[in-house]
Amino acid sequence: MKNDIILIVEPLIPHLRRYARVLVRDQAGADDLVQDCLEHMISRWHQRRADGNARAWAFTILHNLAVNAMRQKSRRGEHTPIEDADESQFAQGPSQQEGLYRRDLLKGLEALSEEHRSVILLVSIEDLSYAETASVLGVPIGTVMSRLARAREKLLVWMEGATPVASVPPSGTVNLRRIK
Amino acid sequence: MMNGRPVAEEDLHAYVDDALPTARRNEIEQYLKLHPEISVKVEAYRRQRDDLRARLAPMAEEPIPPELNLARMIAARHRPSRMPLWRSAAAAIILLGTGGVGGWAFHGSMAPQLTGVAALAQEAAYTYSVYSPDHAHPVQIKATNRADLVNWISARLHSQVVVPDLSKAGFRFMGGSLVATPQGPAGMLMYDNDHGIRIVLLVREMYDNIDMNTSKMLPYVKGPVTGFSWAHNGMGYSLTGAASPDILHPLANDVRAQISPTI
Repeated sequence: MKNDIILIVEPLIPHLRRYARVLVRDQAGADDLVQDCLEHMISRWHQRRADGNARAWAFTILHNLAVNAMRQKSRRGEHTPIEDADESQFAQGPSQQEGLYRRDLLKGLEALSEEHRSVILLVSIEDLSYAETASVLGVPIGTVMSRLARAREKLLVWMEGATPVASVPPSGTVNLRRIK
Repeated sequence: MMNGRPVAEEDLHAYVDDALPTARRNEIEQYLKLHPEISVKVEAYRRQRDDLRARLAPMAEEPIPPELNLARMIAARHRPSRMPLWRSAAAAIILLGTGGVGGWAFHGSMAPQLTGVAALAQEAAYTYSVYSPDHAHPVQIKATNRADLVNWISARLHSQVVVPDLSKAGFRFMGGSLVATPQGPAGMLMYDNDHGIRIVLLVREMYDNIDMNTSKMLPYVKGPVTGFSWAHNGMGYSLTGAASPDILHPLANDVRAQISPTI
């Protein structure tokens, strides 16, 4: 059992860490979730169906743990519901040169709701099939498709929302507002 | 175009994700050539996907911290007393609450389907780990009200309960409780000795027609908790505690002899 589980599960760990970290937006908390996820997998490995899909199983456990953790956090009031939040909370300030021209894609990902973020991560980043993604999220495939479409559109709009590219002069020649 | 099926938005996203069968993929490519404004959109999705992958790729290449070393985690599991029983029980409860985790490829993995004496042994271990650490109220009815306790539990178990005497081994009867198991009510009798070591005897009816008479002792060891379980005449018994098998096994034999002198 031991070699089997290491062979199959160990290569997943970097991906599980990445998924948890981007989903919950908290690095230390994310690694705790991955640790819990691995504990669950180790303790239930012998009950696993031989033809089961270990990768989808791992993401399912991790996703449920993450959603639970986020719910607990929001119950304690530490969490801002993203959909309601002012986008400027997540936007990068224009102090960095890059920020002047282009919004940061990862900030945009953070600004999405957890539902939209998870579907983009599973499909676009972790290369799960639509069917696997549906089983991880516990929703029908149709819901995966519609969430994916909406998530991508929102992220595009968010990125475009930042680009007064043509109207912003090169950073060297920005005219500071005169302060009297 | 098109003679084939109409293009759905889903097709465009599946195209972006390279998830289309070749034939459909060719159709979509044709369609995009004829509809440049939609092609621009699809290109934007594709670029978004590529950019995200590029931005997040380094994260999956970071070295894994020691607390996520899988081999060590597995080794630690086999070391006794790593995870208290109550914690695994709590984890199981949390998982049940999350739904979907078990439903999907792992029917029954949340609650291992133990039967017979093996199920009883596990229930005794849970009972022990919940009640024995309790300093305020380890038992519902104390030994001073022994008659009440015995009548109550005997009525609930439809069988006369005997409280074994373990004083020769230095264990005093503290009292007992009625506890819940997946198989119905069980009686828990608790004992302790001068060193403050507590052990419990769990008694219940055997319901599933398995192991109705298993006079052979079934040993149970998980972390620090040891148990010996058996059944006689449709009643199951499990003596469980954080004591070594060398102490617990002869005690269990003694209990069995007191309850069922005929074995």
